[in-house]
Amino acid sequence: MLLAYNWDFSFMDEYGSYFLTGIRMTLEVSLLAVLSGLVLGTLVSFLRMSRLSPLRFVGSSYVEVIRGTPLIVQLFIFNYGLPIFLGFDIGIFTAAYLTLTVNSGAYIAEIMRAGIQAVDKGQMEAARSLGMSRSLAMRQIILPQAFKNVLPALGNEFIVVVKESSILSVVGFAELTYQANTIRGATFITIEPLLIIAGIYFVLIFTMSKLLGIGERRLKASD
Amino acid sequence: MIKVRGLMKSFGKATVLNGIDADIAKGEVVVVIGPSGSGKSTFLRCLNLLETPNGGEIEFEGKRITDKGLNIDVLRQNMGMVFQQFNLFPHKTVLQNISLAPIKVRNTSKSEADKIGMELLRRVGLEEKRDAYPSRLSGGQKQRVAIARALAMRPHVMLFDEPTSALDPEMVGEVLDVMKSLAREGMTMVIVTHEMGFAREVGDRLLFIDGGVIVEQGVPREVLANPRHPRTKEFLSKVL
Repeated sequence: MLLAYNWDFSFMDEYGSYFLTGIRMTLEVSLLAVLSGLVLGTLVSFLRMSRLSPLRFVGSSYVEVIRGTPLIVQLFIFNYGLPIFLGFDIGIFTAAYLTLTVNSGAYIAEIMRAGIQAVDKGQMEAARSLGMSRSLAMRQIILPQAFKNVLPALGNEFIVVVKESSILSVVGFAELTYQANTIRGATFITIEPLLIIAGIYFVLIFTMSKLLGIGERRLKASD
Repeated sequence: MIKVRGLMKSFGKATVLNGIDADIAKGEVVVVIGPSGSGKSTFLRCLNLLETPNGGEIEFEGKRITDKGLNIDVLRQNMGMVFQQFNLFPHKTVLQNISLAPIKVRNTSKSEADKIGMELLRRVGLEEKRDAYPSRLSGGQKQRVAIARALAMRPHVMLFDEPTSALDPEMVGEVLDVMKSLAREGMTMVIVTHEMGFAREVGDRLLFIDGGVIVEQGVPREVLANPRHPRTKEFLSKVL
């Protein structure tokens, strides 16, 4: 059967550029989402570690709700629900970006919390004993060390987001998987576009994990 | 300079400090000894409010620091602290460890802070380590950097929490030498230690703490040679 199959990549002439657009959209939305998710997640991790129990409650509710619901449902809510709620159209890019940010923010909050709590207690004490305020010590002493601790986990999260961004195709966000579907619909060629995007995803992610390895080694300069 | 009255501290149900009264004069070197779990480290940590007392009062340079609403950060700028575990900042070089607080807290210019840092490094004999990261230093070197870091804020008093307890024996001397030179220059110091020889040689006064109270105090040479209280006798017979 396999040998009998007639491979047909003739669509590449006409549709090759679709893949490039897809790569750009996938990377753009994933990178933006993870960066925003890092900021959001760090803030939420502060809520979760707060001395005030209402703040802790807000932080952990967010994390639990996001982790306890499917990404695709979150996407539908942001894409179809939010415009109804707001009364105006937010555009598909914004909906996609918000979904991924809010989703990865919850996971990153847990990563950051673990990273911050793994920094030795003596570091905060030493910083405070020098007259640094809590927030200055957090920024100068704790967060840089925490960030270094969690870089592998953050890299992992980025990789997860790149892969999960394929779900955005369901609502018509023109990322890589959506492009393959478009080509499939237009040409009735099924397997070839899918194999191509599988290859592209793999190369993207493999490259990223290599780059992350280099970044980690750089940060180890002080070990 | 420091006045402590009726200091109380408990962790949950465990009472660690049970009414401590002490006065520390400017330029005085006070050594604090006692069995482990006696509350001596907690006493020291209460002085710069790393632990919040449950009762009693502490006055520092005429200000009651146990009052609510006091700016703890300003207080701590004038009280240096050296920890048993050094607690150097591992992601900063030796010189950055020292200059960070002057730059960020005192708004000293970087060049000025580096100058102060290099002076202090010279003083503790570690100039050539300025760009090394703490992980490359021996325990004794780490503790000397930690002392330099605390001194960079030009504190009025230095608190030492068992500064040599985490060191290999051959490195204790280099750290004690730095502390001795500080004492000679008239720095006010409160030192929790197990180094009885150092206490005898450098201390102006010795406090023996046990069970959360000061059991006995006096000139180190006399207390160590002729302890009066049975608990002091028992402790000293074990460590001397």
